[in-house]
Amino acid sequence: MSTDVQDSGITAQPKASAKKGQSSGLDLAIRYGFLALLVGLAIFFSIFANGFAGPRSAVFIFQSVAMTGILALGVTCTLVVGGFDLSIGSVATSAMMLAAYVMVVMEQPAAVAVVACLFMGAFIGLVNGILIVRFKVPDLLATLGMMFLLVGLQRIPTAGRSISTGMVLPDGTTANGTFDPLFLAMGRHRFDFFLEKLLPIPVVFLIVIAILIWIFLETTRHGRLMYAIGSNERAAALTGTNVKRYKVTAYMISGVLASIAGMLLAARLGRGDIASGTNLLLDAVAASLIGFAVLGAAKPNAFGTAMGALFVGILLQGLTMMNAPYYTQDFIKGAVLVIALVFTFSLSARKTAGH
Amino acid sequence: MTDCLCQISGLQKAFGDNLVLRGLSLDLPAGSVTALMGANGAGKSTLVKILSGVHSSDSGNVSLAGQNFVPSSPSDAIRKGVVTVHQAINDGVIPDLDVASNLMIDRLAEPSFGFFLKRKQLFKDAQEIADRMGIDVDVRQPVAQLGVADRQLIAIARAMSHQPSLLILDEPTSSLSAVEAERLFELIETFKERGVAVLYISHRMSDIRRIADRIVSMRDGEISGLFEDTPLDYEGAVNAMLGHHMTDVNIEIPLQGEAIAELTQMRLKPDSKPFDLTLHDNEIVAITGLLGSGKTDLAQALFGLRTPNSGSIKLDGSVYAPTSPGSAIASGVFMSTKDRATNAVVADFNITRNISIPFLQQFSSLSFLSPNSERDTAREMIDALSIVCQSETDGINTLSGGNQQKVMLARWLIDKCRLLLLDEPFQGVDIRSRHDIGEKVRQTAKGRATLVFVSELDEALEIADRIIVMHEHSIIAEFVNRDVDLNEILTAVTGTAQKQPEHEAA
Repeated sequence: MSTDVQDSGITAQPKASAKKGQSSGLDLAIRYGFLALLVGLAIFFSIFANGFAGPRSAVFIFQSVAMTGILALGVTCTLVVGGFDLSIGSVATSAMMLAAYVMVVMEQPAAVAVVACLFMGAFIGLVNGILIVRFKVPDLLATLGMMFLLVGLQRIPTAGRSISTGMVLPDGTTANGTFDPLFLAMGRHRFDFFLEKLLPIPVVFLIVIAILIWIFLETTRHGRLMYAIGSNERAAALTGTNVKRYKVTAYMISGVLASIAGMLLAARLGRGDIASGTNLLLDAVAASLIGFAVLGAAKPNAFGTAMGALFVGILLQGLTMMNAPYYTQDFIKGAVLVIALVFTFSLSARKTAGH
Repeated sequence: MTDCLCQISGLQKAFGDNLVLRGLSLDLPAGSVTALMGANGAGKSTLVKILSGVHSSDSGNVSLAGQNFVPSSPSDAIRKGVVTVHQAINDGVIPDLDVASNLMIDRLAEPSFGFFLKRKQLFKDAQEIADRMGIDVDVRQPVAQLGVADRQLIAIARAMSHQPSLLILDEPTSSLSAVEAERLFELIETFKERGVAVLYISHRMSDIRRIADRIVSMRDGEISGLFEDTPLDYEGAVNAMLGHHMTDVNIEIPLQGEAIAELTQMRLKPDSKPFDLTLHDNEIVAITGLLGSGKTDLAQALFGLRTPNSGSIKLDGSVYAPTSPGSAIASGVFMSTKDRATNAVVADFNITRNISIPFLQQFSSLSFLSPNSERDTAREMIDALSIVCQSETDGINTLSGGNQQKVMLARWLIDKCRLLLLDEPFQGVDIRSRHDIGEKVRQTAKGRATLVFVSELDEALEIADRIIVMHEHSIIAEFVNRDVDLNEILTAVTGTAQKQPEHEAA
C-alpha cells in the first residue's frame, strides 16, 4: 500500500483554524478593500474636483457606467466558463451601425432595428462559440479574429462613412430616414429620481441586466454548471454536463449584451458614428477583471463587475473634472487594473493556499 | 562487460511528510538492460527524477563510473552522461521544428555553435545521426507530421547524440505498436553492445521478456526484489512488486441478484480477444490488471467516453449504447473517475457544491437552486462517509486526499443507479479513508451492480465479491473472492497463465 500514511486529514484541522484567526486582517482587506477604495475615490474627487459631487456629473458617470457595465457583464459570462470575449467592443459598434442603417437608410421603425441588433448579437455569439467549441480555435484568437472581421464589416455598407440623416450613400442617393424618437429615448430619457431627470434609461437597463445575470449565475443550476466548467472543464464534462452547449450559450449572452450596449450608444449619439466606441472593449474588460477583487470573490461575478464598472466610471469622470489630460486616463485605468489583479490573484491565492 | 557503472546506495527522498524513497540501493552494470517494475506510487518516477537531475536526494549516494554523481540540473545530468527519455513523448521533441533541428537542438544550444544556422551542415549532421539510429525519415520534415513511434525514436536518438553511459527509458513503448516497439528494442540492443547501461521502466511483461537482462522490483520506496539468474523469474518479480501482505478483511459474499448489465462479445481494440461479462444486482466486481491491460478502456466504454470496437451491452435487458457521460448517467450508469485532481475535483467549489454537481436538477425547481436541500444532502453525506472537515462549506482543496476522494464518491451516491463504476477509487487515499470508502460501497451495494477498477491486488481483495483479471484488453481470468490463491491471480495478472498466441499478420 504505497499511499497509506500520507495525510490522515485530521491534522489539517487545527492548522486551518489557526490560519483563520491569524489572517482575519488580511481577510477583511481582501473582502472589503476594493469597496473601501471605491468610496475613498468618490470622497477624494468630491473634495478635490470642482462639481464632481453634483447631479450633472452623476448623470455623466451613470451614462458611461451603463455602457461599460452591460458589456462587462457579457465578458463576465464568458470568463465564468473559462473563456474570454474580445469581440464585444466591435459587436457593440456593429450594433450601433446596424441600428442606424436600419432606421436611417432602410427607413424602418425602432422595433425592427432593435430586433435586428439583438439577432445580430446572438448570431455573432453563436459563431464565436462554434469557432471555439467545434473548431477548437483558442477563445482569445477566435474572438480577436471576430473583432477584426466586424470592425471591417460595419464599414462596408456605407463605404466607411458615418450614418446620419441626410447623408449621401455610396450609390449617390440621399438617406432620408430618421432615428425613431422612441429609439432615441432609450439612450437619452432620464427618470426623476430624488432629483429631476437624474436617472438615464441606460442605467435602468444596466441595473435590470445586472440583477438578471446575477440571478442566473448565482442561483440557477445553469450558472452553477458554468462556474464548474470554468473551474474544471473535464470534471464538469464527466459529471454529464454538456460543456459545449454552455460555452456557446455564454458567448451568445455576451454577444446579445454587447448589441444592447451598442444600441444604447446609437440612441445616445443619434447617429451611427464610425469613430466612437473605441474604448468600450478595454473599459469593459477592466471592469469585469476589477470585479474579481470585489468582496474577495476571486472569480468572475456579476456584482463585482457592476462595481468595477462604477469604479472605472467614477475614476474617469473624476480625472476629467480635475482636468487630467485624456492620455493620462488610459494610464491610470491600466494601473488600477494591474493593482486589482494583484489584489485578486496574489492575496486571495495566499488566503486559499491553506495547505 | 560486467563492471558496475552506476551504484546507488541508501537513497532517500521525502516530499513533506511522505517518504517516497526509503534508502534505496541499486547497481546498474554497463552493457546490460535492467528492467524496473513497480506499482503506482512505488517511487519509480522519483528515482528517475533524481537520476536525471530534476530532484535532489535527501540522503544517500549515487556514483557513476566511480565518481560521485550529484547532478545540479537536468542538463548537468546529461553532460555527465545520464540521459533520460521521459514517458510523455512531447517532452522529448519540439513538434513545430523539423527533424534535423530536433536532433541537433542540444548542439544548437551550445555557445560554440555560432550565431547563424548553417542549414546544409545541420541537415547533413542530422542525417548522419538518423542513419546511425536507423530512423528512416526526411530530416527536413516537421516532427508534427510524424507518427508517435518516429517521435519516440527521435527523442531517443537525440538522447543518444550525447554519448550517454546510462540511458533511462521511462515506459518508452506505451504508445508504440508491436512493430514499432521492435525497432526500439533493436536500437536498445545496439546501445547495449556499446556498453551503455540501460534502465528500462515498464509495466509491459512482453517488453520485459524481450529486452531485460535483469529485473528489479520496487515497492514502497525500496527494492523488493532483484532477479538476474537466467531464466528470469518474471512471476517472482511481479510478486515482489505487488507484495504479499494483504489487509485482513472478511468479505461476506451476498447472494447474486438478477443480472443488471450484460456485455457480450466486447472487443475494446480491433485485434483484442472478445469477451463476455455479466454483472449482477448487489454484487461488487473488481477488475484488475497491469497498466495498459484495458481497464480504463472498459470503464470508458461503459460510461460513454469511447465506443467499443464491437460487442453489445445490455442494461436491464435493453440495449445500452451511451454516447456521452450525460447519456450514461441518464441510463443509470455513474462513474467516479480516476485521477480526481484532473477529472473530478472542481477546485473552486466547496464540499457541498462538489457533491451536488451531477444531480443539480434534484436540488432545484425551475432551475433555481435550493441551497437548503443541497446543504442537507451534503451534511448527510459527510456523516455517512465520515468526511473529516469543519463544515460543509469548506473548500475542497483544504481536505486531505482521502477525504477528497470520499467527496467524489458521495457525488455519485446521492442518487440511485443501476451500475456504479469506480475507477481507481483508492488512488492517493490513506488507509482509514480507504476502509471507510470500501465499507460504504459495500453497504450501499443493494439495488445496483458495482464495478471497481483497481491496479493493486490488495485493493481488489478488500472490496470485491468477484475479481476479474484483464490482460491485453480482454478478460483472462475470474476468481470468487473466497480463499483465493494469490499466486494464481498474480499469474493471471502478468499474463503468464496463457500461452501467448502468436499474432502473425495473415
